[in-house]
Amino acid sequence: MAELKDGCVKPARGPIVPAAPSSTPGAGAPLAQEVSKMIARVGQEAIDFEANAFIQGVGFQPVKLSDYKGKWIVLCFYPGDFTFV
Amino acid sequence: MAAVAALYGEFKQLGVEVLAVSTDSRFVHKIWQEQELSKMVSGGVPFPMLSDPGGKIGMVYGVYDEAAGVDIRGRFIIDPDFVIRAMEVLTPEVGRNPDELIRQIKAFQHVRATGEVTPSGWQPGQVTLKPGPDLVGRVWEVWKP
Repeated sequence: MAELKDGCVKPARGPIVPAAPSSTPGAGAPLAQEVSKMIARVGQEAIDFEANAFIQGVGFQPVKLSDYKGKWIVLCFYPGDFTFV
Repeated sequence: MAAVAALYGEFKQLGVEVLAVSTDSRFVHKIWQEQELSKMVSGGVPFPMLSDPGGKIGMVYGVYDEAAGVDIRGRFIIDPDFVIRAMEVLTPEVGRNPDELIRQIKAFQHVRATGEVTPSGWQPGQVTLKPGPDLVGRVWEVWKP
């Protein structure tokens, strides 16, 4: 198994949201966009993101949702490792 | 998660990539795999287990529970055009039904391949509908619940 070198803290980009046209005129330089509301909708394009991942047989690796563009994807969120259900 | 992993062969056959996401670190994912999942499912969970610390990804997908600090159970089917086709979100006490997930994937794949639409509860091989002027008011002739 090719175990990748990996430090304790490794930032990943998280959601990669296309810059929305600013609705507040005169807001000046665009702020780093803090996404705090749901924007996923059926029938709409998925929101891309990058996350650190563990992959069996590979090790630690950053994964982008858009790496899988062109395939069917099932994205499963769950409350936590070592939970009961 | 183990239940989804157990059906991995079927997902693979359908050409589906599975990604699992929780707020746990990749280190915890690794140990969970080694200590528990690999004992529930032979070989362990074969798909990438992603880390969403702070729930930023869960937030935009509408599954982040701020009070608990976790991503609750939510699953999304995304098609090859990167369009979200289905979502299901549950509070944590109830697990998912992977069979229904597989059924929905098959139905969406059928629709994409044929342009037909699938009625309620459709399973592969069952009747589909071809929307158009001729079908208006006559669905009963071809399909009943």
